[in-house]
Amino acid sequence: MSMDAAEIEHLIREAIPDAQVRIEDLRGDGDHYAAYVTSQSFKGKSRVQQHQLVYQALKGAMGGQLHALALQTSVPEDS
Amino acid sequence: METKQDNGAVERIEQEINDHPVVLFMKGTPIFPQCGFSAMVVQVLTHLGVKFKSVDVLNEPPIREGIKQYSEWPTIPQLYVSGEFVGGSDIVREMYESGELAELFENKGIELEEA
Repeated sequence: MSMDAAEIEHLIREAIPDAQVRIEDLRGDGDHYAAYVTSQSFKGKSRVQQHQLVYQALKGAMGGQLHALALQTSVPEDS
Repeated sequence: METKQDNGAVERIEQEINDHPVVLFMKGTPIFPQCGFSAMVVQVLTHLGVKFKSVDVLNEPPIREGIKQYSEWPTIPQLYVSGEFVGGSDIVREMYESGELAELFENKGIELEEA
């Protein structure tokens, strides 16, 4: 029951096309990742809403197939 | 498949978050947290000196699932302040580190006892 970094990145990009995504494998076990996602679409949204966008992109994997994803979202500097 | 939310769970959730200013739905208890993320939020609240009601979702499977639908948030722990969903462990940690969490409690008139 795990996901690989590329799969996570692909799902996020598919749902948030302009996203800059960086995934870190925290323990090398395919179950504990950190994801840093930057996107224009986060602008004006609360942290909860930003994170919900990413969770929706992961189509239900979060909390199931993917046990732990430390998430940090941000809006691009220049915006 | 019964997709309608289990009203018992929703009622129980709403009763908890309306009866207590600070509620933490977590895995385990503050004394025996069963998950690192839940333990971290307990530490943050304890360090800020905030009294909170904890709900061990491991003991109540309907709440464990019901809370995820209620807040449209897929993971546990979940922190509620004055009836509103604040976030999971990532957001609580970020807010704690930036000072926003202490500010939120003060704005809501929730006492902070310096640890």
